[in-house]
Amino acid sequence: MRTKILNLIEEDCKLTAKDIAAMIGEEEAAVAAEITALEKEKVICGYTSIIDWDKTENEFVTALIELKVTPQRGEGFDKIAERISNYPEVDTVYLMSGAYDFAVIIKGKTMKEVSLFVSGKLAPMEAVVGTATHFVLKKYKEHGVKLTNNNKVERLAVMP
Amino acid sequence: MRNPLSEKVVKIKPSGIRKFFDVVSEMPDAISLGVGEPDFDTPWHVRDEGIYALEKGKTFYTSNAGLMELREEICKYYTRKFNATYDPAKECLITVGGSEGIDIGLRAMLDPGDEVIIPEPCYVSYLPCVELADGVPVRIPLKAENEFRLTPEELEAAITDKTKVVILPFPNNPTGAIMEREDLEKIAKIIIAHDLYVMSDEIYAELTYGKKHVSIASLPGMRDRTIVINGFSKAYAMTGWRLGYALAPEVICEQMTKIHQFAIMCAPTNSQYAAIDAVRDGDKDIEVMVRAYDQRRNFLMQTFKEMNIECFEPFGAFYVFPCIKQFGMTSDEFATRLLMEEKVAVVPGTAFGDCGEGFLRISYAYSIEELKEALGRIKHFIDNLG
Repeated sequence: MRTKILNLIEEDCKLTAKDIAAMIGEEEAAVAAEITALEKEKVICGYTSIIDWDKTENEFVTALIELKVTPQRGEGFDKIAERISNYPEVDTVYLMSGAYDFAVIIKGKTMKEVSLFVSGKLAPMEAVVGTATHFVLKKYKEHGVKLTNNNKVERLAVMP
Repeated sequence: MRNPLSEKVVKIKPSGIRKFFDVVSEMPDAISLGVGEPDFDTPWHVRDEGIYALEKGKTFYTSNAGLMELREEICKYYTRKFNATYDPAKECLITVGGSEGIDIGLRAMLDPGDEVIIPEPCYVSYLPCVELADGVPVRIPLKAENEFRLTPEELEAAITDKTKVVILPFPNNPTGAIMEREDLEKIAKIIIAHDLYVMSDEIYAELTYGKKHVSIASLPGMRDRTIVINGFSKAYAMTGWRLGYALAPEVICEQMTKIHQFAIMCAPTNSQYAAIDAVRDGDKDIEVMVRAYDQRRNFLMQTFKEMNIECFEPFGAFYVFPCIKQFGMTSDEFATRLLMEEKVAVVPGTAFGDCGEGFLRISYAYSIEELKEALGRIKHFIDNLG
């Protein structure tokens, strides 16, 4: 039941416990209790929405920063990740395999603001040996949702 | 001037669905639960394969029976999934949708006066196709108390010495009914005893919930008596590609291929190339779609229960077939009023045979949000009936 609930909520967090219960054939109360438990255990860490800001008046920039670091003795990568994550400017932090160590996604008002944050806060950190900043030019798909096209349904309304 | 028309064709009744279609098309804010095709897009890897085939210039006719590679994949698939084995070279024909298979299969088998048993409610094309092939349709009204399955007693009672073919449309459009192994075993016994043939329309075979589809062709002694009709429309959400197939014993397949050769030439080449990819790599896509259909099915069943509308649990296709007899209206009246007053389109059960009276076909090839909105309107409608 957990996995079924999580799959449904991940796709659409506006589904109510009643909807989910009906969809997976369980009791509403049991589903509601399970969701509460998942929230308490921080399996469900929050509910958010996918917004195409480009369709609004607001201007944002998103950047992906590659960070190369030297892991600290006895602390590994986790301690550095923790310090980076503490900045509210930082949206996402991943430890990566390959050419660099951390992928950090930052959202800011302007490119200047993001650049200043990288050069002023991330780059000077003791463990950080190099950064590369890539600005997002256009978002096509986010969290499994295509942002670019508004496909109209072309099915006929009634068919045998 | 002479009457240009064939009496046989003029006598055929047009589909009862037409009237609703015309009204809904003029109603921009109507919600339709009347569609008999998936709401999913064709999986991207399949579309990509179709595009690639076009880029490669694969735009010529294929052999009449269809691409050998596709026929091989289909036969492998039928053995793997349904334990029914046909020879790709001689017993598999690629058709323009399942519909063509129904048409030419009947034409290949029927002589004037041969009787064809059609369990109703069912898809709208069997009856006219039998008539066009000069056969005589013999209808069996299936019963809600049997979950719209065909019982051996009903079949036995319909058989005469003219009976030649029995159509088995399961999983069923419009009821969502299925036939399980035990049900089919009893039917097979009768088929063999009376030396009949079966046309098993298995277009919804992949869309079953909690129970696996059983093909009657996999039962002992039935392979050589069964024409399997199937296709890509429902399982892979490929309705517009117009691609189906028939699996039939060589003697029948050969004659079907002859008609197909003169009437159609070959199924669309581009669709055939895309379909190879679908049947080879499409299991995961089907799994995802089936899970979504099942959730919607559960959602509808639960909502009908709360509304006190009687509805047997369908295990196949993407339709529910609730009973509306308690409201004292015919299916047609109910559906018409629901459309006019609440702007929700459903199809009256009678569009699929007279015994569909008192029922509605509701398709769940729609998102949960659409279903929620539509069911809310239906609730409003019946609450106001008092």
